[in-house]
Amino acid sequence: MSGPEIERLIQLLGKLPGLGPRSARRAALHLFKKRESLMQPLMAAMTDAAERVRVCGACGNLDTSDPCAICTDGRRDKAIICVVEDVADLWALERASVFRGQYHVLGGVLSALDGIGPDDLSIGRLVNRARGDEVKEVILAMGATVDGQTTAHYLTDRLRDCDVEVTRLAHGVPVGGELDYLDDGTLGAALKARRPL
Amino acid sequence: MDWTDDGIVIAARKHGESAVILSLLTREHGRHAGLVRGGASSRARGLYQTGNLLRASWRGRLAEHLGSFSCEMLRGYAGPLLDDPQRLGALGAFCALLERALPEREPHPALFDDSLHLLDLLSVPAAGVGADQWAPAYVRWELALLGDMGYGLDLTCCAVTGETDGLAFVSPNTGRAVTAAAAEPWRDKLLRLPDFLQEGGDAYGAAADLAAVRDGLALTGWFLERHVFAPQNLNLPAARTRFVEAFR
Repeated sequence: MSGPEIERLIQLLGKLPGLGPRSARRAALHLFKKRESLMQPLMAAMTDAAERVRVCGACGNLDTSDPCAICTDGRRDKAIICVVEDVADLWALERASVFRGQYHVLGGVLSALDGIGPDDLSIGRLVNRARGDEVKEVILAMGATVDGQTTAHYLTDRLRDCDVEVTRLAHGVPVGGELDYLDDGTLGAALKARRPL
Repeated sequence: MDWTDDGIVIAARKHGESAVILSLLTREHGRHAGLVRGGASSRARGLYQTGNLLRASWRGRLAEHLGSFSCEMLRGYAGPLLDDPQRLGALGAFCALLERALPEREPHPALFDDSLHLLDLLSVPAAGVGADQWAPAYVRWELALLGDMGYGLDLTCCAVTGETDGLAFVSPNTGRAVTAAAAEPWRDKLLRLPDFLQEGGDAYGAAADLAAVRDGLALTGWFLERHVFAPQNLNLPAARTRFVEAFR
């Protein structure tokens, strides 16, 4: 039906998250229709990103410079490090503009069943950073999942010898959440983390 | 083919973008896996946390197929454990042992009931039940797991003298108890038998000191490794090793 170049493009697009073979075919067709306005700028952007974007050696973020813009930003508080599982979590916190400290991307969570152990995560680098004189607090922003919290407790243990306060994100009622629709675990956590008004 | 059963989540691995392959310990169907479409979505993820008790409906064209699950929550055991590192460690070890050791689709109703008892005890707030109470229950559960897999230990009487009192050690070769007096010449080579594991020992959920818990974990760990994991060229799961280290 179509040449090997088109089939290859469809096959590669189909490997992207959110795209199956059918939607990859639609995306490929759309790119061919918008060759000048979309396909060529997209190619240029992808080539540029592939050449220039790298992993920050300090925090694990993705940026065109190493150390990344967050690590070198003098206006950010270097005394607080927020530990996240993945770059997507870092981006979520940045989108919310609620945190002005430094980050550390772990690269996943401990999972015995998937064979992910402490050596597979950037835990040693985090401990080294926490030993620095400037760092006063480490915030563990892991997911409220069994694996996420197992990792958080493990990190707490590893950071015990560092002279830092270890905190974690609160668990409880989300903004706009109604108690009637919350699960038992969230309700229990919210009640346990109650505070005076 | 379809059935409905109660099941404890022991693993949920992401499959593709939005599905998970769920592994449950069910009462009537043993350890059983199935696909859950949409199981990785933010709304469903809480349901499939390890330790949660679900009412699961399995459906597949043939019994041998992976099939798919649809589930509803019966009791969320995972949530209350998230704050307590030791209990969470116990849950991690519990799930890793079941997932790695138990054969698939082989019913173990007694082990399922023992597992529920353990989860009940683990989920009681720390003010109600301390580690001195739930940790012996965990050791008993590992002993039940060994027994259900056909490697039960004989802790009823001494292998040498036949006495039932004064049992203090277990032979690492035979898995049989030995009294302190009979064990004297080999005591360095034997495994310690904690009081709470002896016949007529402390009741389920009764307190035991943590040194006895360590002895119990060493005892069950030895036989789990020897009978269950070593024949498959596997080590004890890392989650169990981390859990045991927390008691040192």
